[in-house]
This record gives sequence, C-alpha cells and structure tokens, in this order.
Amino acid sequence: MTAQTLEKDIATRFSDAVTLDERAGYEGYIVKAEKLIEFATALRDDYGYDFLSSVTGVDYLPDNIMEVVYHAYQSTGGTALVFKVQTPRENAVVPSLVALYPGAALQEREAWDLLGIRFEGHPNLKRILMWEGFEGHPLRKDWKEAYHEDDLKPFKTRWPEGAIARSEDANVFDKNVAYPDGFNPEGWTPEGETALYAGMKEIEKSDGLQTDQIVVNMGPQHPSTHGVFRMVATLDGETVVKLEPVMGYLHRNHEKIGERNTYLMNIPFTDRLDYLSSMSNNFGYVLAVEKLLGDKSIIPERAEYIRVIMAEFTRISNHLFAIGTLLNDMGAYFTPMLYAIEERELILDIFEAASGSRMMCNYYRFGGLTRDLPPGVEEKMRELVFDRLPRKIDDLDKYLTENEIVRARCQGVGVLTPEEAIAYSAVGPVLRASGVPYDVRKADPYGIYDRFDFDVVVEYHGDVYDRYIVRLEEMRQSIRILKQALSDLPECDNCLGKPRYSMRVPAGEAYGRVEGPKGELGFYVVSDGGPNPWRYHVRAPSFINVTALSKMCEGDKVADAIIILGSLDIVLGETDR
Amino acid sequence: MYGKGILKGLGVTLKHLVDTYVDDIRWGKKRYHTEEGIAHRMSKDARGIFTVQYPEEKLPVPEEFRFVPILIYDENENGEIVHRCTSCGICSKVCPPQCIWIERSKDPKTGRPVPNPAAFSIDVDICMNCGLCAEFCPFDAIKMDHDYELAVYDRFANNIYDKNKLSRSADYYASIRPLNNELEEAARADKEAKKNAAKKKKTASG
Repeated sequence: MTAQTLEKDIATRFSDAVTLDERAGYEGYIVKAEKLIEFATALRDDYGYDFLSSVTGVDYLPDNIMEVVYHAYQSTGGTALVFKVQTPRENAVVPSLVALYPGAALQEREAWDLLGIRFEGHPNLKRILMWEGFEGHPLRKDWKEAYHEDDLKPFKTRWPEGAIARSEDANVFDKNVAYPDGFNPEGWTPEGETALYAGMKEIEKSDGLQTDQIVVNMGPQHPSTHGVFRMVATLDGETVVKLEPVMGYLHRNHEKIGERNTYLMNIPFTDRLDYLSSMSNNFGYVLAVEKLLGDKSIIPERAEYIRVIMAEFTRISNHLFAIGTLLNDMGAYFTPMLYAIEERELILDIFEAASGSRMMCNYYRFGGLTRDLPPGVEEKMRELVFDRLPRKIDDLDKYLTENEIVRARCQGVGVLTPEEAIAYSAVGPVLRASGVPYDVRKADPYGIYDRFDFDVVVEYHGDVYDRYIVRLEEMRQSIRILKQALSDLPECDNCLGKPRYSMRVPAGEAYGRVEGPKGELGFYVVSDGGPNPWRYHVRAPSFINVTALSKMCEGDKVADAIIILGSLDIVLGETDR
Repeated sequence: MYGKGILKGLGVTLKHLVDTYVDDIRWGKKRYHTEEGIAHRMSKDARGIFTVQYPEEKLPVPEEFRFVPILIYDENENGEIVHRCTSCGICSKVCPPQCIWIERSKDPKTGRPVPNPAAFSIDVDICMNCGLCAEFCPFDAIKMDHDYELAVYDRFANNIYDKNKLSRSADYYASIRPLNNELEEAARADKEAKKNAAKKKKTASG
C-alpha cells in the first residue's frame, strides 16, 4: 500500500474521527480520543504498523491543549506513521494503548509522570521517574522548580553585569524541594512501595504443601544493575514469578533542561544520555534538528563520512563494553571485561584526538561537525580498522563464544519471541536476536548509510546467548562499514564551514532517529520558531527495552535475571534521563 | 569434547599473559616511565597489558583535548598584559550550564562600555568542559586548557575561577595547541592585512 492510498483509505474509513494534521511543519493525523483504540487496532492489524516506537506528550500551553504523539512503524521497514490525540490540559485523559502495544507501558507512565496525562485503562499508571511525593508534573510548561532562575537560557544575569552567584547558595540542599499541600515528608511512608510489595506477594497452595513466595529487592545499589536500577522480584524458591523494574534514581529531567537550552546547548547534554556512546546520541539529535532546518543544513560530503565512521566506532566500543559487562554479570569477574575494553581504550583515544574528550564527545554540529579530523587521526583509524580490531574481535570470539559455561548460562535464558519483541517495542540487538531483521540503518536509512554494503545481523532464539552473538557479529559488520567509509573518505580542506551559535529554526516538528548501539534512538523536537525548542523528547532505547524485562525474566532463575538485564545492555544515564 | 571451549578460551588468556611478558622483555626498562614506552602502549602494536601507572606515568593528551576554559592574554612591547577578551558575552551566551559570568567595564568619564572585562568568573564545578565557549569566541580569547588535575580540598573556596586565575599567556596557549595557534595567527594576520588594505583604500580615495 503506497502512502497515498493509505492516506485515502484512512480518510474514508475514519472520516469522522481522523483529520490530517495541517499545522505548518507538522505531519500525520489527529485522532479523536474516543476513536483512538479503533484507529490503532486498524493500524496494527490492517495496515501493518505493528511497531509502536515512541509515545510522548507535548504541552501546548498557549492553546490549552495537551497532545499525545505516537510514532508507529512497520516492522518490515519504512517511514513513520505519526498520529496524535489532543486533550484539554486541565483534565488530560487519553485511552491507553497498552493492550494493543505493550511497548507503550513504560512510555505512558512516563507521560503521566512528567506531563500529567492520564491513560485510561493502563494497568499500572504510577509515577515512574519521579517519586510519589513529588508535586506537579515537571514537563508542563507552567511548572517551575524551586528557586527557578529564568525560563530560558541564556540567563540575563550572566552578562553584562555578571554578578556571580553560586547555585548552591540559591538552591540550598534539603530546602530546594516543594511538596504537595498537606504533605509531610517526615511521616510519609511510600505508598507505592507498600503497594508494590503487597501486589507482588501471593501465597500459593499447591499439592498440599504450603509454600510462601518471597519478595527480593535487587539494587538500586548493586554492581550487577549497571548503575542505580532496582528490580523487585517475587520468587518461588529460586524461580522468578514476577519482576518489576524500578527506576528514576538518576533522573535529572533531561527534557526540561533541553527545553530551556538553546538548540546548540543541547548537543553536549545528549552526550550525557548514554554516556558510552555519545557520538551516536549527537548524531540522532543533530538529525532531528537538521530535519527542522530543512535545506538550510547541507552537510559536506566529508562530514557525512566522518559521522558514519564515528558512529560505527561508537557501536564497536559500546558492544565491547556490553559483552564485557555481560561476562561480569555471569561472575567471570573482570578478565573478559578488561580484555574487551582494552580495544575500547584505543577507540576512545581516537575520539579524544578528534573531539577533545573521550566520552563526552560533543562532536557533531548542525550541518557538519565541530572540526575536521586532526592530522594523524585518520592513520590511527586505518590501523585499528584494517589491522587490530578484526584480530581482537576474533580473539574475543574464540575466548567466549564456545565456552561451555557461557553457553550453559545464556542459552535458552530470557527468551523473547519475535512477536513479543515487536509488541514490546524492543529495539536494537534485543529485537534482532529475536529474529526480527530490523535495523534503522537499513529500514529507514539516514545520513549516507544507503551507500554502504553491510548485513543486518539476525539470530533466531531470542535468548541471552543470541543477543551476545548479535553484538559480536555487529562489530564485524561495523568493521565492514568502516573499511568502506575509510576507503571512500573524500579529501576536502576546511570545508566544514563555521557553525553558528544562534539560528532560526522554523516552527514545526521533527523526529530524528538513528540506530544507536543500543537500538533505535529517537529525538522528537518541536520548534515554535524561537531560539529554544518548545518540546524536546528522547526516545531512549535503554528505557523502552526495559519494558520487556519482566516478560523475559518470568520463569527463569533469580541469578538469570541479572544476566538478562545485562543482555539488555542498558545505561542508566539514558534509562532515567 | 566437553570443556573444549573453555580450554580454547584459556588459551587466549595464556597468550595474553605471555604477550605481556614478551613485550616486557623485548622493551626492557623502556616500556615503563618513558615517552617512547607510553607511545608504544597506546599504539596498535601494544600487546598484553597496556595499563598506565598513573600518576607516575601520564598519557600525553592530544592537541584538541579540552578541559576547563582559560583566558588568553598577549603582552605588548612594554610588557603590559593585554587580554584578548572584549567582554562581548558570546561565551556566556552559548555556555550550556551557564557558568560564565562577565562584567563589562565602563569608561569612567563617558560611561560607555570598554572592550575589556572588569570581571570574568567561571564556576568550574558547573562547567561541563564542552568547549562551546572556545569554539564560538570570535577573538581567540577563551580556549580550553590541557591541565586536568584540578582536585582541591575545599571546592567552595577554590572552584570559582576569577579573571586572574583563568589567565594564561599566548605563549602557553601556543605550547599546548601549536597547530591551532598557527592557523589562528595566520587568520588574524590575514584579517589585519585586509583591514589595513581597506583603510589605505579609504584614505587614498578620501
């Protein structure tokens, strides 16, 4: 079905419920709330848009409207179908799509938490990133933090008067929290916690033996959780009956910060999302803004190549880290980990030489890059790509792949079927290990990825072992791309131009997505024509992949829950944002 | 045979161990605490363990490496310090965490702004080392430093850097970023030449 026939079909079939979004710079459909379920069912079952990638909200304060934005894709590839539901701000209620697309579960909770949109029919609509005693919904445009300095950056006090004030003095620790009316933080017991435990505890009587299930807290302070992440598991003996992820310990409201920043200021902030792959984060964000800028951002050929090269190096370094930590989670403490990240070290040297920083790269700019590769870097890249890395990846393969303990621990553990993987909006290696050959680089190419010859790595068992294999093979595919890109890298002197620090971004919306090392990383940016984005949303793969965690852990042993989490490869900077 | 995979894997570990000693023997004392040895351990030919014994050994930082900003000053013929900064405020406007405070100085007679900052402070606790200030400074006045050892015992007393503490000479800058400095000097000379040519034209015609 082509785009035109689809549009016509939808227009005739839902003539009373669906209208085209005709605001300048916007795309997709506006659906009436009461018809949303019907429309989404048709999308999924009749039109093949079975993959709901992103769910988020936008607060249009001047129009007094709260809008929920959905981005749906076909799991066979292609561009997005965007649909929106509008609801009044005061009583924002939208039907939940969790029954149709389970992958919306955590995202709807997030929209409730941060924007105060209630999703009717959501099985567990609780706060997710903020705590229960938090007042208000911080992403609403009229919400202001305690000791709010100014709405938008740059702040007026910095220049030309420049009276320095330390933020700690204005923002005194322990006194910078606002509570809801009548809330007493001292006498408060976390309601959510009691409910969480009570809801999970079930006493079961089976074959005359009375057994008691126990609830075990894993994390938030535990090395195996890769950061501050908590899993509450109900166990029957050693078997996980139910598992609930709890997150938000590292939450800093990245999106609110992003909406107060100018467009340019957001680039270094994206480094801090998934801090193991900052180059890819930069890439996704600049793509989204470049979409908004339209023809004004023509990217020089050499910059396009360097972007791909950096993104692929990032993928290799991230996958090395993921494999290393997975082995750590299995109890093979640190030898495999250190072997894996030795090579990462050399890749970081390249990032440092090019961008100035090993991890917080801040290298991409709208319409290009910060700077061309300094002398000697290209040579170093060639040495790694054509000589050292392939050798070392083979070594790692030899070291781990056939290891009987690795296989015993990983095979058949944490299985996710292809249908489940799509339904749960899983992305990246998790999706591909479940037998779904979906890779944004092929499915909806961006940059110059359509010029390179590479394969989408797919495995079919959907278990932890296959996720490991997918990562290992993807590194080899990245080497393939890197070899081509480095061979074709065009020469060009000083052609990156001088990026501007302030620019006019036309009003409208844009969704830029890249295949980051962890999966589809999307940035939804709404511009109102001003110097700061009106809405800035990150579709974080580490966050949305967690949706399927409970499903994968159920029925497995408690020790397996650790490696299942390890195989998801989450980074808490991105999960909690 | 069960256990073959493990044995193969242990072979890799053994090779890594042997590699380390082979490299140690081949390089002898040169492998550690010498520039050459560190460069070797950072190269593609590094074998075995290539950890660096910090702080006895330090990795050389590349030219583009960036850590907190510094203010560059030139010295004129009389040995007076002339700051390049004109207090235009671009750096404080692009700064993502907004950690740069600039106070513009005014001519005491006319009350009009003078292109020289009266005060310039950076809260290095807040600075995220992104380098945008240096990237967008039109006067090559603010640059990123290479010194990354900033630990102090009391951050409240030490970590707001004032103009004095931020200032570095142009020579220092040239020593940490020789290539960039060369390019910028050429660009400045070019600009100056153009300006002079335009001036000459103007006086000639006028």
